[in-house]
Amino acid sequence: MKAKIFASIAVTITGAILLYAVTDFPNFGDPRSPANAGVGGGSSSASLYYIENTYRDTKVPNLVTAILADYRGYDTLFETVVIFTAGMAIFAILRVLRNEDAPSAPDPESTNRTIDGDHHRIIVGITCRIAVPLVQIFALYVVAHGHHSPGGGFQGGVMLGASFILIALSGSLRDALARFSEASYIRLASLGILIYAGVAFLPLVFGRNFVDYGALRGLLGTEGEEMARSHGIFGVELGVAFTVMAVMFAIFANLSTRGRLKGGL
Amino acid sequence: MIVTFDIIILVFLVIAAIISLSVKDLLAAAMVFGIYGFLICLLWAEMGAVDVAFTEATVGAGVSTVLIIATILNTRRRSTD
Repeated sequence: MKAKIFASIAVTITGAILLYAVTDFPNFGDPRSPANAGVGGGSSSASLYYIENTYRDTKVPNLVTAILADYRGYDTLFETVVIFTAGMAIFAILRVLRNEDAPSAPDPESTNRTIDGDHHRIIVGITCRIAVPLVQIFALYVVAHGHHSPGGGFQGGVMLGASFILIALSGSLRDALARFSEASYIRLASLGILIYAGVAFLPLVFGRNFVDYGALRGLLGTEGEEMARSHGIFGVELGVAFTVMAVMFAIFANLSTRGRLKGGL
Repeated sequence: MIVTFDIIILVFLVIAAIISLSVKDLLAAAMVFGIYGFLICLLWAEMGAVDVAFTEATVGAGVSTVLIIATILNTRRRSTD
């Protein structure tokens, strides 16, 4: 009880300080704020440059995708590596590689634990079997169309991973693992990083900077460097999608079964 | 009009946050936390940050709820404090 009082006092003080700091913020969407107009409202800022030149530089209408994958390519590369590391850390901590449990423990496959204890899951199963391909097609669209509409590798990858989680939730984890086995999700997670780093590394071969996809013009056979950058962004998004999909499913599979990959939800 | 929308979402956001902290049933807390994520997604979409809203809808409202539930299933369902 005493701990709760101290905690609420600490939270109230922190909240009050945060609210006080908010009054110093510029108004929402203020064109003269430092982020939009540069320091002091005079000098040209980075965001103004992006708004005016992104389409000319990369032929990508979606500013966010262009900034994440091209202008800030290093950031996204290591964000993907962070996700990969998180997945591998969960694998390293949770995964039980010994095949036999304690001899007295019942077979996890036979004790079919579910949330509601209902074993008649025909309606849920059939509905999810119809929904899963639609989710996956939409996810592929999100990955491939991230240049032009909201979305991109991360969102599409999460949706692809979620479709396999849906199979595991509606049927059993065994069904999901039959389609997306442990060996393949570990390979796919690493392959995604490899694709991203590979696309980012290729410009170095042509004597240009890291993640400068414009150098891939000759390799891709595009007319200008702008389209090469657009295709480079797509390659990078594909790598992100692979890694995120594999890691999301790996985290779910290991968390829901305490790393045994048997039984589960 | 858009301010009304903002206020409605923010009120629900606070309600969802308080409920998900105070409810004893961890499964219910996880579901309400998913609702909280979805409300934040609505707020971002309304502010024009569609990409962030999309990420929040997939990660915050979607996968993280499932991951939390998967973890709860390996614990006791009710909180004791």
